[in-house]
Amino acid sequence: MQNAATKRAAAVAAVLAIGLAAGVAEAKDKIKVGFIGPLSGGTSSNGLGGRNSADLAVRLKNADADAKYEYELVVLDDECKPDKGVQVATKLAADKNVIAAATHYCSAVAIATVDVYNRFGLPIIVWGAVLPDITYGNDYKEVHRVNGTMINQNETAAKFMTGLGYKTWAIIHDTTDYGKGHNKYFSQYLTENGGKILGTFGVTADQQDFTAELTKIKSLDPDVLYFGGLTPLGVRVRSQMEKLGLRALFEGTSGIVSDTFIEGSGELAEGVLAFREGAPTELLPGGKVFMEQYKKQNYAEPSEAYGPFAFAAMNLILDTIEAVGPDRKKVRDTLNATKGRDSIVGEISFDKNGQNSVALITKYVAQDGKWTVWAESEYAKGKRKLKGQK
Amino acid sequence: MDVGLFGQYVMNGLMLGMMYALVAVGFTLFFGVLDVINFAHGDSLMVGAFTGLATYLGLRELGVVWPAVQVPVVLAAATAAMAVAGALIARYLVLPLKSAPALNTLLITLMLGTVLRESIRLFYPAGANPKPFPALLPAGAVELGNFSLRADNMLMLSAGLVVIVAVHLVINRTKLGLAIRAVAQDEETARTMGIDFTRIVLVTFAIGSALAAFAGIMNGLYYNEINFGIGLLLGVIGFSSAIIGGLGNIYGAIIGGFLFAALQTIGAVALPFASAYKDVFAFAVVILIMAIRPTGLLSEKVSERV
Repeated sequence: MQNAATKRAAAVAAVLAIGLAAGVAEAKDKIKVGFIGPLSGGTSSNGLGGRNSADLAVRLKNADADAKYEYELVVLDDECKPDKGVQVATKLAADKNVIAAATHYCSAVAIATVDVYNRFGLPIIVWGAVLPDITYGNDYKEVHRVNGTMINQNETAAKFMTGLGYKTWAIIHDTTDYGKGHNKYFSQYLTENGGKILGTFGVTADQQDFTAELTKIKSLDPDVLYFGGLTPLGVRVRSQMEKLGLRALFEGTSGIVSDTFIEGSGELAEGVLAFREGAPTELLPGGKVFMEQYKKQNYAEPSEAYGPFAFAAMNLILDTIEAVGPDRKKVRDTLNATKGRDSIVGEISFDKNGQNSVALITKYVAQDGKWTVWAESEYAKGKRKLKGQK
Repeated sequence: MDVGLFGQYVMNGLMLGMMYALVAVGFTLFFGVLDVINFAHGDSLMVGAFTGLATYLGLRELGVVWPAVQVPVVLAAATAAMAVAGALIARYLVLPLKSAPALNTLLITLMLGTVLRESIRLFYPAGANPKPFPALLPAGAVELGNFSLRADNMLMLSAGLVVIVAVHLVINRTKLGLAIRAVAQDEETARTMGIDFTRIVLVTFAIGSALAAFAGIMNGLYYNEINFGIGLLLGVIGFSSAIIGGLGNIYGAIIGGFLFAALQTIGAVALPFASAYKDVFAFAVVILIMAIRPTGLLSEKVSERV
């Protein structure tokens, strides 16, 4: 009996060995890497742009004859919902063949999933979520982020807006971690810079009707309405402001810097301000090359604002795997030691929390149906005036 | 609080209440004739709004740019499409389950709602994104202090009122209405009196769903934005309104709709804590009302405890 079993085992091993040898001779080893973002729901345009950009990084690497491995991108949809995010993150992290992943655009999702990645030891790079706590609220070695946080964004926003001469604000923010974070940091920096907050309103992330809040804000008569939330809500607030005859300037965050906001608000988008870490794609160090390559692949959706970050995150993952091999622990440690690496979004250096330092904040204003860099806009040149600007 | 501000709140509340009432009337009609809850009702509203938007875009392609033509055509297309859809839902999903446990109907309509919602998201061009809905009504506004009295709001309120009065007249003054009431009261007896039961059920579902489409268009015109998710909360609120009013009673549904809107407005305005809790407040009051009056404020003549 025992003899037979040994023989069979030997036979199986031999077959396996031959198979493996043949495999190596024929093709490179297949390595799985992951991508998670909101592919459906109100913020899906950003998610799909990020997915395409990560996919582009994988395709380019696979087309590279010098690459040691062949990569397969596992794409999952978090729907911008924390519960769904934890589900797909667990699915991805539990698959031992997945070596690393670029994950999440929505902060509320990213903050909910970091524990999962830590528990399963899957190294990830966040490509779009801006809540500081994702990297700073824990000391998980698995968690990294290529894009900046909302702290810098709101500091710049507060300084810039008070610099324009605005004095009073009303704040509407969604009550997810994302919206609350924006409210916290913007309020803090605004007060430091001498701005006055007349009222703060927390709203649920899927609220439809804002007339009650906006009517109250109208009676407070602020110069500026600051909105800390994502595109779908932003579109609603903007259009309902108009219905109630609210004349305040609309100021948003990186959450509304998307083509969808402009498409959704139509003419009402004109003169809306928003702030985002990093620079517009075409002004990034590798932006031009990225755009060319992106175009060549004929993706159905545009890369949107955070596409380049998804590309940079995925590229960094692929380069790291190339360097140290498909081993989660090695990849994690190598990622943690990343310093001064060139990428299309500029140099990437992770601090001890895995946070990339992105010092650059770009100010945007919507002009003629496009997000225009403030310095290049007709508003900055004085040809047009923002609401309430003297 | 100054008068202008108060007026504005009342106006906001009335607009919301009108939409809720229209949805609630649908729920209550369905329950009246067939004792079923159609949880796809909110999503019928959403599909109605999208049908209206598609019709508008089609008209624009054809070069029809006059609001006086656009509004009636958009309304007609949306209500007609949903009336047909409502009748189909009744014929092929609800009626076959008539003798099955009520839970089955609940489940099947709940699933249908999800199918409708996901279909719009996946198959309407870029359906996952919020869609701008055109402002087709005259935009004139009179500013009275903090109150901006808008022509379009007034038009929508009056139109809603006309529709509600029309439903009232149909139910109480026509032969069809008599038949609907007969079926609601006692199906067996109605059948023996020669009333075509199936036909009445189909017509009732058609009317209810057309009302939802009307509310959907109103929603679009009021907010100038629609998305695939609007039906979800409106459905729940409409259902709650029908319940607090007394399920099966049309006037109860209307009162319930306005009451719910009032609760939300009060929750957002008068309570000291953040407006994020307005729905919590409104639904908590609904729970309270349910606890005190389990059959709703105005109950059906013969109410059945379940």
